[in-house]
Amino acid sequence: MLMIDCPHCGVRPEGEFTYGGQAHVPYPEDPHTLTDEEWAQYLFYRDNPKGAFRERWVHSAGCRKWFNAVRDTRTYDITSTYVGAAPSDTNTTQGAQS
Amino acid sequence: MSDQRALPPHPSFLWRNPDPRDSYDVVIVGGGGHGLATAYYLAKVHGITNVAVLERGWLAGGNMARNTTIIRSNYLWDESAAIYEQSLKLWEGLEEELGYDIFFSQRGVLNLAHTLQDMRDSVRRVEANRLNGVDAEFVTPEQVKEICPIINIGQDIRYPVMGATYQPRAGIAKHDWVAWGYARRASELGVDLIQNCEVTGFDMDGDRVVGVRTTRGDIKAGRVALAAAGHTSTLTELAGFRVPIQSHPLQALVSELHEIIHPTVVMSNHVHVYVSQAHKGELVMGAGVDSYNGYGQRGSFHVIEHQMSAAVELFPAFARAHLLRTWGGIVDVTLDASPIMGLTPVDGMYVDCGWGTGGFKAVPGAGYAFAHTIAHNEPHELNRPYSLERFVTGELIDEHGAAAVAH
Repeated sequence: MLMIDCPHCGVRPEGEFTYGGQAHVPYPEDPHTLTDEEWAQYLFYRDNPKGAFRERWVHSAGCRKWFNAVRDTRTYDITSTYVGAAPSDTNTTQGAQS
Repeated sequence: MSDQRALPPHPSFLWRNPDPRDSYDVVIVGGGGHGLATAYYLAKVHGITNVAVLERGWLAGGNMARNTTIIRSNYLWDESAAIYEQSLKLWEGLEEELGYDIFFSQRGVLNLAHTLQDMRDSVRRVEANRLNGVDAEFVTPEQVKEICPIINIGQDIRYPVMGATYQPRAGIAKHDWVAWGYARRASELGVDLIQNCEVTGFDMDGDRVVGVRTTRGDIKAGRVALAAAGHTSTLTELAGFRVPIQSHPLQALVSELHEIIHPTVVMSNHVHVYVSQAHKGELVMGAGVDSYNGYGQRGSFHVIEHQMSAAVELFPAFARAHLLRTWGGIVDVTLDASPIMGLTPVDGMYVDCGWGTGGFKAVPGAGYAFAHTIAHNEPHELNRPYSLERFVTGELIDEHGAAAVAH
């Protein structure tokens, strides 16, 4: 079981959390202008890196707040958790919009 | 009656282990069930024998070695029923086709219903199956008990068994032997099976792939077919396009050996476990994926605990069984829980992926259709609906919740 450092509550076992997939996928600014291809990218395509991944978790059985984590998908080590926008000093995963 | 646990003698020779040549007509990336079956049907059906299968580890050591070997075709949608039923028909002739024992045992599968919605979905699926020529019947809890006497159909559990769908032609096979059977025949027909050979890049000529770069040197390729399951997106990234899959750990486990007590395959989506008994006597169990993306071939223990509690409630006799071994594979899950098979934005490159938690049962059918796709540069009728384009057109094949979720 992963041990996850909730930014609000501290380190808790994975069972208290729900996974939310890739982080920082913005809703299209003007949905009416999107082509079918762009809709496909927004709805169905997500990054799937073997390595560092910015992802969302929600502390379902705790504070019930969403936050982000950087986790290595090979080792499952979580290197940081944070609330809000991605820190600019590290590599961000590519957004899902093309 | 002979002891079902006895193994037949092993053939003295299985396959050649050649060094890679400079050039092949077709290079298949991934030496698991799908890659090996594709190579076999390319050679056997289409006469294309100048073929290499590149495997970064050892043959059939990925998901092919890690699944729970369940074979069935009782899917809801027409597109799914077509390809899985074709696969099941190929399974039914596979020992003869390959001249090799694969312990294919058509012991049937029960998909249990525990809620009113389960009941409605199950009846609907049985009727849909029948319309598609798939054997299916709806059975009562008492009939469930007749088919599988060790199951608990009492009313005093959290989710009592209310009924089930039953597919008598479903079953299990011995996964390693399936892979070895295909590998042996493919090798005989001239296919080079190359292990410890990881693809690190692709050589392109404009929009066309003309070769692969590997840890064992560069290889020219007329066509390149990807059959790499959870690692598919890492490969397509090298080729310059994306596939809508997410790679998740999927865990399974076996108990120590027991007397043969479980005569069929039991799956339950609602309490979420699936159970069969391997021919030697291990109870083989699995459930759903771990929620997070992962390439670690391992998952979290609470997932195992959850499926164990479901298994013990359904099969009280298992309470004293000891868990012997757990492991994980890396499964490639699409949003509609259906595979992707067909052409790609790169000329000469084909992809077979997205089988998620259900790829083993599809090995013969997928290999057969994928070989056709590669040989003719266009999809077989069976995999035409499974194109990458469906995510743009919206023609999804939503088997999530429609069939049994656990594949």
